[in-house]
Amino acid sequence: MAYLEVNHLCVKADTGKTIVHDASFSLNKGEVLALIGESGSGKTTIALSLLGYARRGTHIAGGDVRLGEAHLKDLPALRGNRIAYIAQSAAAAFNPSLNIMDQVVEAALVHRLMDRAQAEAKAVELFHALALPFPDTIGQRYPHQLSGGQLQRLMAAMAFITDPDLVILDEPTTALDVTTQVEVLRAFKQVVKDRGATAVYVSHDLAVVAQMADHIVVLNHGEIKEQGTTAEILHAPKDDYTKLLMAAAEPSNRVVVDALIQPVPLLEVRGVNASYGNRPILKDINFTMQRGAMLGVIGESGSGKSTLARVIAGLVVPTSGEIRLAGDILPAALSAREQEHFRRVQIVFQNASTALNPAHDVAQILARPLAFYHQMKGEAAQKRLLALIDMVKLPASVLTRRCTELSGGQIQRINLARALAAEPELVLCDEVTSALDTVVGAAILDLLAELRRELNLSIMFISHDISTVRAICDDIMVLYQGVVVEHVRGSDFDQLRHHDYTELLLSSVPELRAGWLEERKARTA
Amino acid sequence: MSIYRLILNRIASALLTLLLVSLVIFIISDLLPGDAAQEMLGQSATPEQVAALRHDLGLDRPAYVRFGDWVGGIVSGDPGTSMVANMPVAEVIAERLPNTLRLAALTAAFTVPLSLLIGISAAMNRGGRLDRMLSISTLAMVAMPEFLVATLGVLIFSVKLRLLPSITMVTSDQPWGEFLRSYTLPVLSLSVVVIAQMSRMTRAAVIDQLNQPYVEMAMLKGVGRVAIVRRHVLPNAIGPIINAMALSLSYLLGGAIIVETIFNYPGLASLMVNAVTSRDTPLLQACAMIFCAAYLLLLLAADIIAILANPRLHNK
Repeated sequence: MAYLEVNHLCVKADTGKTIVHDASFSLNKGEVLALIGESGSGKTTIALSLLGYARRGTHIAGGDVRLGEAHLKDLPALRGNRIAYIAQSAAAAFNPSLNIMDQVVEAALVHRLMDRAQAEAKAVELFHALALPFPDTIGQRYPHQLSGGQLQRLMAAMAFITDPDLVILDEPTTALDVTTQVEVLRAFKQVVKDRGATAVYVSHDLAVVAQMADHIVVLNHGEIKEQGTTAEILHAPKDDYTKLLMAAAEPSNRVVVDALIQPVPLLEVRGVNASYGNRPILKDINFTMQRGAMLGVIGESGSGKSTLARVIAGLVVPTSGEIRLAGDILPAALSAREQEHFRRVQIVFQNASTALNPAHDVAQILARPLAFYHQMKGEAAQKRLLALIDMVKLPASVLTRRCTELSGGQIQRINLARALAAEPELVLCDEVTSALDTVVGAAILDLLAELRRELNLSIMFISHDISTVRAICDDIMVLYQGVVVEHVRGSDFDQLRHHDYTELLLSSVPELRAGWLEERKARTA
Repeated sequence: MSIYRLILNRIASALLTLLLVSLVIFIISDLLPGDAAQEMLGQSATPEQVAALRHDLGLDRPAYVRFGDWVGGIVSGDPGTSMVANMPVAEVIAERLPNTLRLAALTAAFTVPLSLLIGISAAMNRGGRLDRMLSISTLAMVAMPEFLVATLGVLIFSVKLRLLPSITMVTSDQPWGEFLRSYTLPVLSLSVVVIAQMSRMTRAAVIDQLNQPYVEMAMLKGVGRVAIVRRHVLPNAIGPIINAMALSLSYLLGGAIIVETIFNYPGLASLMVNAVTSRDTPLLQACAMIFCAAYLLLLLAADIIAILANPRLHNK
């Protein structure tokens, strides 16, 4: 008999909407099962119902979850005792006012499994096992003093303190940089294996799941599309949706043409330094971007890549250096720039839903730059609005709707259309696909490539994802701690010997096959 | 910045605010029509008599000289002489201040625990029946004017039931039962608004924290509901709660005028109103300064507690 069994589970919102519909799967002791799907697929909802928990505004409407002898109604008593949960964002899941040790040992004390001294000794042992720095004293620190990767591992210690039978990992590495993700994945895999725990791993990332899971359950819109062993799903996917996920996980080469690039410098950045307070963020940045080019800028969080975009857009004033656009000096400060400067450089922010005014409908959002930059009103503006909406491949009916009513992919398209309305020469795209699901993000990338071809746009594409940048950019620039460590032609990228950091980045991107994590470890060891 | 620097800065800015406030108080009380000389001599006085008295009282000196004198006096503990009572302002106030503080302290001791209880239980049951009931009643309490509550209280408990006195006697040798009986009505009248404000702010601050992911994490660790609030939520909500309480409590010191009048209670607020009607400028200014200083002191205390409660500020 399987150890964990989910039978015809249904979860509904209190409004009556179905979130999870008739989900059934099972798992043997000591195995790892992955729930994979995009946002809204119900994967987290299912994971939480394994703890007998439903978020506010939702409830478990039917079916059963059985863990050993315990049924759905018994599960709440097992939380933090025999079933442990590792949340997506450790930074938010730790209480900012309590030190780490208090939070790590809490579950053991609440369930009276050991006394405080025993619990603390066990926690320190786990800190060692998870390869945390200063394992003996790290417990006295507070969450704000630690990095995201450390907190994520500390959360694993928090989960394993009671030696749980079942561990639920909810997108535990999604918020991490790719180089950090590898370390955390390795630590998780080791600790799950050593302690013989049964685990459910929730993720949207097939490549990560391939490293962790024995079984995969594919979810879409609250329904199970396909389930099987990892090898079955990866090598012989049957369901169309699974195939779509697989295709999106391996970015196709979208680089088209050198013919688009004119041998005229559009953007010249010379000796730019920028800092926040006393902390330098950008150090002596120099590069040139040709008209019509698509320059990819890669870096991890804190590398200064967003600051670079903000400096070019005038949102951050550099401490020194010069920026030229088609030969004209761009004044450093926003207040010194003229309307024409604004029009020529447009920025597209990562999070479209916060960048666009939620009180305005789409027509108002797009009409504003038309009136501001081009004094376009009335019928001419209306015509242009329709053309813009068509350009980003949305139906004209969205014009009367507000952004809050649109999906993430649609809002990002509006965000892009808003920038295009100004008819810019340079578009700065700051992580425009990072907040999107893989399939939706891939469609946005296709759109960018097409717009670039049709409108002859020059695009600076900022991303933390090296495989995306590699797929769509002509030039690739790698930023590390505010320094350009590498700047090469995209077509040469695969042949060149790279800077050590670039190599690390490249080798950290999980590959869509089982065993990659172990191989990589063997290579780096 | 170290935490001590932060607190010192906060204290310095409070002192600066107090100085600016003193300037405003001085200017406003100077703008009041008529002055003490006019008031003391009455309608029939000749302009010469008024001018002579004004000179005797030092009222004809330029404003900045009087301001400097006054601030210097306050700092050295002597805010001048009451022109009407003809005795030092310090003495007049010393007689009333303990009464006001006693009433405020009693009200605070009654309202703070009760509002915390109401606010937290409403937050824990947010959306539920208890929460709705408490919300409606606190809203009704906010909307009810104090004079109405006090008058109704007198009507029911003093006139009809004859349980409580309608006038609050302040004597030093009251037995405990008598003391409590005489303070019950004024404390209750003051509490109505204060409880409503504080409990609503507490509810909002606690709900804000209950929606944080770390609370869900604690639930999934199996921590009980009460322990979650006590151990996880309150340390994070204490800053906003203390600030809301300081604001409400500062009202008890200066805003008790209606209650003091209805119960004929010899407090500072009624003293200040008397000072306005009798143009007793030194007394008026001293009362205003006390109210403002108390207000700033409460907010300062709240800020310092919030700073101390935040581990991000004392664990660099």
